[in-house]
Amino acid sequence: MHDWRFAAPEAPDGRASNAQHEPRHSSLLRWLAVCAAVLVSSCHPAGILDPQGPIASAERLLLINSTGIMLVVVVPVILATLGFAWWYRSSNPRANRGPDWAYQGAAEFVVWSIPALVVILLSGVNWIGAHQLDPRTPIPADAKPLRVDVVSLDWKWLFIYPDQGIAAVNQLVVPAGAPVRFRLTSATVMNSFFVPQLGSQIYTMAGMTTHLNLLADQPGDYPGLSANFSGDGFSDMRFTVKAVSVGEFDGWVAQARGSGSALDDPGYAELTKPSQAVAPKTYRSVAPKLFERIVDQTALDPEKARAGKAWCPPEPQAGG
Amino acid sequence: MLGRLSWAAIPLNEPIPLLTAAVVVIVILAVLGIITIKGWWPYLWREWLTSVDHKRIGVMYFVLALIMLLRGFADAIMMRSQQAVAVGGAQGYLPPDHYDQIFSAHGTIMIFFVAMPFVVGLMNFVVPLQLGVRDVAFPVLNSVSFWLTASAVLLVNASLVIGNFARAGWMGYPPLSELAFSPDVGVDYYLWSLQISGIGTLLAGINLVTTILKLRTPGMIYFRMPVFCWTALSSNMLIVAAFPILTATFAMLLLDRYVDMHFFTNTAGGSAMMYVNLFWAWGHPEVYILILPAFGVFSEVIATFSGRALFGYRSMVLATLGICVLSFMVWLHHFFTMGAGADVNAFFGIMSMIIAVPTGVKVFNWLFTLFQGRVVFSTPLLWSLGFMVTFVIGGMTGVLLAVPPVDFVLHNSVFLVAHFHNVIIGGVVFGAMAGYNYWFPKAFGFTLDERLGKASFWCWLAGFYLAFMPLYVLGLMGMTRRLQHISDPSWQPLLLVAELGAVLIFFGILCQIAQLYVSIRTRDSRRDLTGDPWNGRTLEWATSSPPPAYNFAVMPKVETIDAFWEMKRRGLTAVEPTYETIEMPRNSPTGFVTAFFAVVTGFALIWHIWWMVLLGLLAAAVTMLVFGWSENREREIPANEIARMERARLGLGRPA
Repeated sequence: MHDWRFAAPEAPDGRASNAQHEPRHSSLLRWLAVCAAVLVSSCHPAGILDPQGPIASAERLLLINSTGIMLVVVVPVILATLGFAWWYRSSNPRANRGPDWAYQGAAEFVVWSIPALVVILLSGVNWIGAHQLDPRTPIPADAKPLRVDVVSLDWKWLFIYPDQGIAAVNQLVVPAGAPVRFRLTSATVMNSFFVPQLGSQIYTMAGMTTHLNLLADQPGDYPGLSANFSGDGFSDMRFTVKAVSVGEFDGWVAQARGSGSALDDPGYAELTKPSQAVAPKTYRSVAPKLFERIVDQTALDPEKARAGKAWCPPEPQAGG
Repeated sequence: MLGRLSWAAIPLNEPIPLLTAAVVVIVILAVLGIITIKGWWPYLWREWLTSVDHKRIGVMYFVLALIMLLRGFADAIMMRSQQAVAVGGAQGYLPPDHYDQIFSAHGTIMIFFVAMPFVVGLMNFVVPLQLGVRDVAFPVLNSVSFWLTASAVLLVNASLVIGNFARAGWMGYPPLSELAFSPDVGVDYYLWSLQISGIGTLLAGINLVTTILKLRTPGMIYFRMPVFCWTALSSNMLIVAAFPILTATFAMLLLDRYVDMHFFTNTAGGSAMMYVNLFWAWGHPEVYILILPAFGVFSEVIATFSGRALFGYRSMVLATLGICVLSFMVWLHHFFTMGAGADVNAFFGIMSMIIAVPTGVKVFNWLFTLFQGRVVFSTPLLWSLGFMVTFVIGGMTGVLLAVPPVDFVLHNSVFLVAHFHNVIIGGVVFGAMAGYNYWFPKAFGFTLDERLGKASFWCWLAGFYLAFMPLYVLGLMGMTRRLQHISDPSWQPLLLVAELGAVLIFFGILCQIAQLYVSIRTRDSRRDLTGDPWNGRTLEWATSSPPPAYNFAVMPKVETIDAFWEMKRRGLTAVEPTYETIEMPRNSPTGFVTAFFAVVTGFALIWHIWWMVLLGLLAAAVTMLVFGWSENREREIPANEIARMERARLGLGRPA
């Protein structure tokens, strides 16, 4: 496991020393070499190119396969564009000038069939991929799934563990190797829950529930963020996913239960106040049905909760 | 009395916006001052501001777009600089409050007030000339359309000085754009200016659709129209079909904000998902509204500078119409991550890929047009080649994003930002620049400087790749869009490269300004006396440069595709035609006056100054009534006057 967020650019020793053999251009060459090295080192696999779970791995594979299929056509087209333009330049006496053919059946056939074939192939990839990697589909695994309810707030993330009866802000601790089943909503504007190294993101929307299934293969720290602009504190709406061993996870749950404050209704009301760059914290208990009441929009208003939700249409499921 | 407007609306405590605003105001005052001192107002008023000539209006659209390109680019370079320095713990020089306005303004301006006026301007100028007719179907309406767009531009820029602009992104997604989360006037500036320009665009669309369907020179059947006219027809049909959706959607959001309705609110059963769907039901066709005319430009330029007919004319037309229809069936790919389910996502993913087929066909047809041609590397052709290479990369990343699971990890990342800049800069902007260099001599009677034009192209091309290829990589590294500061220091080198790219694009813009300046200074040595500087193929080259107000003294007779080419092949007739009296529309201040009251009404609505709203609406209505009742709307150019002008032109031009 490496910490990709703080990997320093590697020193470009080899290239820089080569450059010194040519004294006249050395400064320029060295500068170019430094630039190249910095670029290369900053391009080491990270983010979605460094998947840490089955969803992210499958998505990276799809990305690479689809790119590969298209490059088969795109590269020749680029080369042909440059090649044709250059060879048939008006000043080239060796170029063969054809008649003014505005229509040629065989060529037209090729013109339509190449993109069509590529798209037929990719459509298959698309259909299968969209179904296999549907965010709602549970991930088959031996380990017991963990349920987490996610709420986006201004401007932090609340993670409720309904089975453990605890909650955390801007920190998501999960057991590595266990599927995590997320239900997500927003207590404020739209956000998008995204952990690049674990795969799929999904919107969080007020009054609605979305569903997502992810799994971290190995223990490690994976950065998470909001991928949908949500206002002034958006840039700091980051959290860390800590994938730990099952034993460590149980230890963390026990520790969380024994410390911190309770996320009761006043505690939640306090939490909904806008704040930025919030440090991670845990809650030892959570008010009953808090997530459901946030979706119903009755969490901040006990009166409304008691009166039922006659004024409000039935809970919509996103895209349900 | 003044609604929500007070001295607090002037950002006296924020140095950056205040300074920018001061500079802009000083420049505007200086320009107005020079015009007054030189006594140019009567000329400007008579020949330009009240003109209903489609060529003049087209040029004014283009000038508007160029000016707003500078504004939009200033926003862009501020964003790039902010992201390049605000790394790690640093906050940069733009607080979120200001940064959020800048990226919202950048997107809004670049789409609505740069890309749109570029393509609408080109279509306005070129389409009637290519169809061999004397003006658009509704010349005064055309002027109204332009001035409504210009009033929206004025309102957007007023937000620099008075109040603030939206902070909810250029898409204005609720609930963030609702009153509960954006209580200030920013979103109102956004909504009202886009409502006003939206009406202008819709009217322009109706105008050009009518022109193409109803006004063509004798013999110009549909399948003899130049490809640019086909793309313009498709683009304007999309405008007519799509812009009302945007207007209705914004109207609902305005009702939410102004009279406490609940279309898209979090509470009382509103659904933001509805807005997102409706916005993109307009938004995706909008992409093709912009790119189709650009495809048309490339088709004309590549055929002309390869010295041969466009390959696969019928395929091109079919592909254009195919894109036109399909563009309404792909909107959901803008939000695969909303959780719609696998079947829906897969359907829209596949539809989005299918639209790549006609686009691919076009690329192959351009390729076959180059094949065995006589390729002249003029500035417009360079832009076109740059487009072909760049656009296939943008198309590829677009198809990639159409695979739902791939989109799940790339959505809203800077990879997406790189993709749509790849197609909009590589497609629409390159197309506008190709068209600008190609048709400039037609509009003004002298060619543009080639050396500076090429320098500008290379700066733009290299700048584009330096600015956006790093964003593709950063998107893959997990960087999301719209970040005011960046937490990950390893992203900084690539952000610095992107900044360098933006600087290079700035040099490209400087070269273009220099190109215009140098070309005007040396115009006497670069006159186009033939009307046909590029050995063109279509009818716009059959008349003089610049064309007379009536475009064609005698309506040309068309018998083939590439009508002018065919005329040249057969040899131009030496017999002087008999000239007839031509009726042309009189200039009218209707557009300018309507737009003035649109600004008043819009400003009053933004600031809740209700008496001024009523006054503005009333005055606009009166303007329309006065125009409607006026009878003296046309002037006659007598036949002998036309004969005199034509003889003068042909005497100067090449022997007939």
